[in-house]
Amino acid sequence: MSQMNIIQAVNSALDIILEKDSNVCIFGEDVGYFGGVFRCTDGLQAKYGKHRVFDSPLAEGGIVSTAIGMGINGLRPVAEIQFADYIFPAFDQITNELAKLRYRSGGEYSAPVTIRTPSGGGIRGGHYHSQSPEAYFTHTPGLKVVIPSNPHDTKGLLISAIEDDDPVIFFEPKRLYNGPFDGDHKKAALKWDTHPKGEVPDEYYSIPLGKASIEREGSQVTVLCYGTMVHVAREAAKLSNIDAEIIDLRSLVPLDIDAITKSIEKTGRCVIVHEAPKTSGFGGELSAQIQESCFYHLEAPIERVTGWDTPFPHSLEWYYFPSQERVIEAMKKTMES
Amino acid sequence: MSKKGKTLFVPDAPFRPGDKPDFSNLNLPEAGSSDKPDILVDPSDIRDLAFGLVRVLDDNHKAVGSWNPNLQPSVLKEGLRHMTLLRIFDDRMLTMQRQGKLSFYMKSLGEEAVAIAQGMALRPDDILFPSYRQPGLQFVRGRNLVDMICHCITNSKDNVKGRQMPVHYSWKEGNLVSISSPVGTQFPQAVGCAMASAYKGEDNVSISWLGDGTAAEGDFHYALNFASVYKAPVILNVVNNQWAISTHRNFSSGEATFASRGIAYDMPSIRVDGNDFLALYSVTSWAAERARKGEGATFIEVFTYRAEAHSTSDDPTRYRPKDEWKSWPLGDPLERLKMHLIEIGEWSKTDQSELEKELDELVIKSYKEAEKYGTLNEGPWASEETLFEDVYKKPPRHLRKQRQELGI
Repeated sequence: MSQMNIIQAVNSALDIILEKDSNVCIFGEDVGYFGGVFRCTDGLQAKYGKHRVFDSPLAEGGIVSTAIGMGINGLRPVAEIQFADYIFPAFDQITNELAKLRYRSGGEYSAPVTIRTPSGGGIRGGHYHSQSPEAYFTHTPGLKVVIPSNPHDTKGLLISAIEDDDPVIFFEPKRLYNGPFDGDHKKAALKWDTHPKGEVPDEYYSIPLGKASIEREGSQVTVLCYGTMVHVAREAAKLSNIDAEIIDLRSLVPLDIDAITKSIEKTGRCVIVHEAPKTSGFGGELSAQIQESCFYHLEAPIERVTGWDTPFPHSLEWYYFPSQERVIEAMKKTMES
Repeated sequence: MSKKGKTLFVPDAPFRPGDKPDFSNLNLPEAGSSDKPDILVDPSDIRDLAFGLVRVLDDNHKAVGSWNPNLQPSVLKEGLRHMTLLRIFDDRMLTMQRQGKLSFYMKSLGEEAVAIAQGMALRPDDILFPSYRQPGLQFVRGRNLVDMICHCITNSKDNVKGRQMPVHYSWKEGNLVSISSPVGTQFPQAVGCAMASAYKGEDNVSISWLGDGTAAEGDFHYALNFASVYKAPVILNVVNNQWAISTHRNFSSGEATFASRGIAYDMPSIRVDGNDFLALYSVTSWAAERARKGEGATFIEVFTYRAEAHSTSDDPTRYRPKDEWKSWPLGDPLERLKMHLIEIGEWSKTDQSELEKELDELVIKSYKEAEKYGTLNEGPWASEETLFEDVYKKPPRHLRKQRQELGI
C-alpha cells in the first residue's frame, strides 16, 4: 500500500500494464519525454523506452485514428487527449470509427483503445479547460465511459479499461488529481492522504467496469454522482445532516442500474448531480432509467443539480460549478414531498 | 463600398454538360521519361516525381523506361484477368442494382488498374485500408466471389451481417480492413497500423487509398504528418480521378499536383499514370520495398479518371460532359494492358473474348449461388439477434434487455 494521489494512481496503473503487456503503448501530446502536462506519465518513457511511451503531433484526430490502426494491428494503445475540451477534433474517429469498427465489420475487426482525458472544472480553466463532455460519448453505442473519483478506483478502473477489448473513454476529473475537493474553494486544498481511498495497493488489481460504489450508506435520499461531484455530495450530506446514500457511478456505460434501483427502492428519493450542462446531460438518462426501473418506489420527483446550460465560465466559475448548497437544497426538496 | 466587379473567386470544373472536353493542356510526359530512383534516395532529390507522371506503357503499347517492372507474361495475364473480372462483376452488380436487388452500388470503371496493379505489387500480409473504390484488391487476394456478392445483396451469408451498405467490404482473412462511409478516416488508421508493424519489428506494410475530394479532409493531413514523423512503413495513395460526386478536383486543391503535398512532409511523392498497370505496379513495389527496409512512407498520386457515376445515386450527365471519359488522354487501363499483352505476342482478341465469356459465366454462376443464401428483398438476412451483437465484445445488460424488448 502507498499513499497516492490520482496522478500517481494513473502512473502506477500505466506502469504495471506496460510491464505486464508488451503490446501496450502510450502516446499523446507531451506524454513522452516530459511526462504529461499533469505528470501522469512521468518517468514511464525513461523506464520503458521511447517506442512504448511517446509524444505525438498536436492533432487529436491523428492521435485517435493512429491508435485505432494500432489496435487493429494487435497493439493495445492508451492515447491521451490533453484536455477533454480538445477531444472534438477526434470526434469522428471516436464515434464513427472506433465505436463502430467491431459492429460494422461483423466482428472481424476491433480496436482495444483506451482514451484517457482530464475533464471537469474547478481549476479556473475557463470553458476550454473545464468541460465535462461525457454525454456525447455515452450516446454512442460501442463505447464504454468511465469516470473515477479517487486514487484507489482510478488505478483499478484504468487497468480494467486498458485490458478491456472494447474502446473506453476514461475521464479523469482534473480537480481531484491532487486531492479531494468538496466544492468549497475557500477552504485550504486537501491532499489525498486525508482520504481513505488515497491508500492504493502497489501491485496489480482491477475494478470491474459497470459496478457502482456506495460512497456513503444512507436511508433518506439517494444521490447519484460521479467524479468531483462525489465529494461535493458527500460534504453536502455531512453539512445538512441528511442521511443520504451517495452512489459513485464510476462507469456510465455500462451502468450499474441494479445498484441505483436497489438504493432508490430503499430511499424513495433521488438527486442526480453532475458538472456537465443540464439539457441532454447524463442526468436526463439516469432520470429516465430510474422512472423505468423503480417509478413506483419514488416518493418525490427526481431532482437534478448540474452545470447550467451555458459554456463553462472563467471568473464566474463558482456560480456555475454545482455547489454543496445546491445539492443540499435539492435533497431537501425531494424530502419535502 | 465594394469595388465594382470584384468578388470572391470560386473555381469551376473545366468542362460542364454541353462543353467539348479538351485535355490537350494536361502536362503528360512521355512514357519512360522519368528515372526510377534507388530506394535509399533522399526524398528531396526526387521532387520532380511529384510534378511529373510515371508512365511505362507507351502509345505503341510497349513497356519502356527504368520504371518497367519487367513482369512475367503470366503476371500480366493475371492482372488482365482480375481487371476483366472486375469490369464484368461491376456491370452485373449494376444491372442487379437497377433491378432492385442491391440497395446501392459503386463501380470502378476506368480505375480497375489501381487496386489490382497495386494489390498485386504487395505481399499477402500487407494490410489494406481501401476506400470504397478498390474492391479489386479482393480478386487479387483470391476472395470467393460468392462471398462478395452475399455482402452486396446483404443476405444471410454477408460476413458483415447486413450492417453496411453494399461495397463496404471487410475481409479479415485477406487483411482488408472494414471500409466505412466517412471518407478518409482509413488514411491515418493505416498509418497507425503501420506504426504497430514497426513497433513489433515486423516487415509488413500498410497501404491506404482515398480520393482527390477526400484529400481536403483533415484526416489526409493527419496521415501524412504522422507517417512522416514516425517514418511509418505505409503507402498513402490519393486516387485523383478528377471527380468527387459532382465536385471537381479544382475544389479540393489549387493548381499544384496532389503529389506535391507530400514534399512538405519530406516523403517521396510520386505522381503515376493510374491507367497504366505497369507503372502502378512498379511505383507500388518501389514504395513497399522502401517501407520494408525501414525507409518510411511514400505518397503516391494516382492520376486517373472516374469513368462512371460516383455511385448509383448520382447522374454524372448533370454535372459533366456525357462522354468526357472518351476524351481522357490516358485511355482505358484494361484496354492498355490488353494491347500490351497482344503487342508482346502473349494475348489475342480471341483470348480476351474467351476470357470475358468465362468470367461472365463465373459471375452469373456466383450470383446464382449467392442468392441461395437469400436476397435483399426476401431474405433470409442475418438473424435478428445479430442486431445486438458486436456492439461490444459481449452484450452488456442494457443491450440484452433491449433485445428482449424486441422479442428475440
